[in-house]
Amino acid sequence: MGFEPKLLGFLCNWCSYAGADLAGVSRIQYPPNMRVIRVMCSGRVDPGFVIEAIELGIDGVYVMGCHIGDCHYLEGNYEAVKKFDMTKEFLKLVGLEERIRLDWVSASEGVRFGEVVSKFVTDIKELGPSPLSGDHPDNELLEKVRAIKMAVSSNRMRALVGRERKITEEENVYGEKYPVERFKELMLQAIKEEYERHRILLSLEDESKSIKDLAAELGIDPSIVLEHMLILKSRSEVDFQQIIKNTPIFMRL
Amino acid sequence: MSKNEKKDEDVRVGVFICHCGSNIGGLIDCKKLADYAGTLLNVAHSEDNLYTCSETGLTAIKAAVEEHNLNRVIVASCTPRTHEPLFRECISDAGLNPYLFNFVNIRDQCTWVHMKDAEGAYNKAMDLVRMGVAKAIKLEPLDMVKVDINPAALVIGGGVAGMSAALNLSRQGFKTYLVEKEDKLGGRLNSLYKLFPHDINASEFITNIISNLQKSPNLEVMTSSKVSNIDGFVGNYQVEVLQDNNVRNLEVGAIIVAVGSTLPDSTGLFRYDGKKVITQYEFEPILMKRELAAKDIVMIQCAGSRNDKRPYCASVCCMTALKNALIIKEQKPEANVTILFRDLYTPGTQYEDYYRKAREKGILFVKYDVDRVPNVEDNLIRVFNEFIGDEVLISYDLLVLSTPLVANSDNKELAQMLKVPTESNNFFLEAHVKLRPSDFATDGVFIGGSAKWPVDIAESITQGYSAAARASTILSHDTIEVEGATSSLPVYNKNLCSGCEVCIKVCPFHAIKKNENDEIEIIQALCKGCGVCGATCTNHALVIKHFTDDQILSEIYAYGGGR
Repeated sequence: MGFEPKLLGFLCNWCSYAGADLAGVSRIQYPPNMRVIRVMCSGRVDPGFVIEAIELGIDGVYVMGCHIGDCHYLEGNYEAVKKFDMTKEFLKLVGLEERIRLDWVSASEGVRFGEVVSKFVTDIKELGPSPLSGDHPDNELLEKVRAIKMAVSSNRMRALVGRERKITEEENVYGEKYPVERFKELMLQAIKEEYERHRILLSLEDESKSIKDLAAELGIDPSIVLEHMLILKSRSEVDFQQIIKNTPIFMRL
Repeated sequence: MSKNEKKDEDVRVGVFICHCGSNIGGLIDCKKLADYAGTLLNVAHSEDNLYTCSETGLTAIKAAVEEHNLNRVIVASCTPRTHEPLFRECISDAGLNPYLFNFVNIRDQCTWVHMKDAEGAYNKAMDLVRMGVAKAIKLEPLDMVKVDINPAALVIGGGVAGMSAALNLSRQGFKTYLVEKEDKLGGRLNSLYKLFPHDINASEFITNIISNLQKSPNLEVMTSSKVSNIDGFVGNYQVEVLQDNNVRNLEVGAIIVAVGSTLPDSTGLFRYDGKKVITQYEFEPILMKRELAAKDIVMIQCAGSRNDKRPYCASVCCMTALKNALIIKEQKPEANVTILFRDLYTPGTQYEDYYRKAREKGILFVKYDVDRVPNVEDNLIRVFNEFIGDEVLISYDLLVLSTPLVANSDNKELAQMLKVPTESNNFFLEAHVKLRPSDFATDGVFIGGSAKWPVDIAESITQGYSAAARASTILSHDTIEVEGATSSLPVYNKNLCSGCEVCIKVCPFHAIKKNENDEIEIIQALCKGCGVCGATCTNHALVIKHFTDDQILSEIYAYGGGR
């Protein structure tokens, strides 16, 4: 038997879930690979949910909401876009970005629902099983995805993504708007930094390590590891443990 | 919590697998699925029913709750969008909190869409049931929120729909405010001559309604007035109205949107000039004053509608054209009238008669195609007719365009104040086209008339009454209960909240604020439970009731397997 992808879909109650129901009423046939979790709004889909599913080895995750402008909650799907884009950027760091997808399906688009699900199944089949699936997942990748899971849940990333629309679409008290392009750069930089910082934190969970060891282990320049370490120390996430042969050793708090 | 809720601390789930006749049972083995459900953790009872939603099925649920001391109930059948209320009521009757029910969709999203893959469908149903049980275990009883109701109503728009709604509500005894932005009531009716289907005079018709309005003791009409701000929630809206630069503050329990529609700009349309080429609305006063000078009159239907830019049918233009064509024939029997149309829309039991009468009176109907629209020249119109297979030349000295009604330009502004959506043509969007046609998703706000879609007078009145009836279902109560599945900041999470206020910014309903103690507070009556704030909260302090992180993650784990 060929590879049958294991897919998960988050569907908003008002449009996509209704569209999926309409596909049923219209007897539209599509492959049975996707399981659905109903949420009230696509904006409810926490980036952590998506990463959790990826970590568990689910081959693909679909987030579906109402078309832009048609949100039952006025603008929840705008928030969904921001959260999804951030999640995708994180997954690009580990080459899993094609395993998640965001789409709009209205309550009247039963046919389209069948089409987009079929397409997702085909595309993931082509991509092959997730390296995290099965009994022997790629452990190195698993560590990386765990770091991403922690990073998307971190205060900094959530605060950034939560304020994105406010910052880029509305003027501040001086009548200035923050340029979208600059925000994007800021976001990408934050994603890279938080990914690396959470990799450091994860690595320190098992045993305390020196900057040099961490740099070698994670493939990050030692000077950058040092910078991260100082910030993590200021966040009270790590601390000096001891000094061995003139080398400071750091521990997770 | 409902008063006689079962006190049992242990989680005992009951799973009911519905055959739905042969809709589900015809493809997968429901008995086997029920047996499988019985093996899952915390499942105390499972069974399959021919129709779980039937009286027999509901009785079986109640009996099982009693016999097996169940405190969670799962039905795997059609879709929560249609049947969740029924089963919630059922377990409520059995003494359980209605929020302890969970739905698993194995028909609309499983057996109906995988009809050629019975094994795939069965495996999917197994996963879905397992995920459903995992969520059910984490479900918590929720209280509905009680809200006091102020028995007063605001109707925005003094056209025929708004006047009908206001009249109905005031006659029911509710204090009603009718706000109209123009200096007199009547709306579109003021510019019309005669009304189909009975050819009564529009002016007499309005005079009649207005005199009824004046007789109503509970009604206050505010003309030259505009709603400038709306705060509050169902039962307790605070509305600011600007009347001749004076601010009036109203307190109402329900709001009806009946702002109607407006006329489009016809510049550039079929050589429109307002003199020789006019619109049906400009034609009405000519007929009213009996000043028709033209002899060769042509009308073009769907002028500026049912095209890429404005894809909808404005529904009233066909009948307007037929009515006016017959009036022409009455006032000037020797006139030649030609109607160029794409499709003629004369629904119902009375409108088709207009078409038949028009044919009898010698009015010509020429069909044209959207790809080959009539070509208007100085005194001549060229139109390609596919039945003849050739161009037809029609001379005219008056061309009347049947232009559509379009959405008001200030709809967006009002929609933002009310926190209700508009659709792609900028008309207001109801909660559900069939299930809740007079409601908005926002509680306590209702809609009627052409604000939603262009409709004729009869339909406007019907919708006005309908909106009033829906509003009175709220206004007639001292208190009502609103959805309990909202966002919340539980006491045990208060110390997690850093006060960053991101939740306040992302909430589209302004349901989150900081109280006098500088703490985040959720106004439950305003919260619609979308959950955006929960997915955004920087410190994971907010909990979205009935869709908690814990509940959703348990579904993910149940599907993905533990690691």
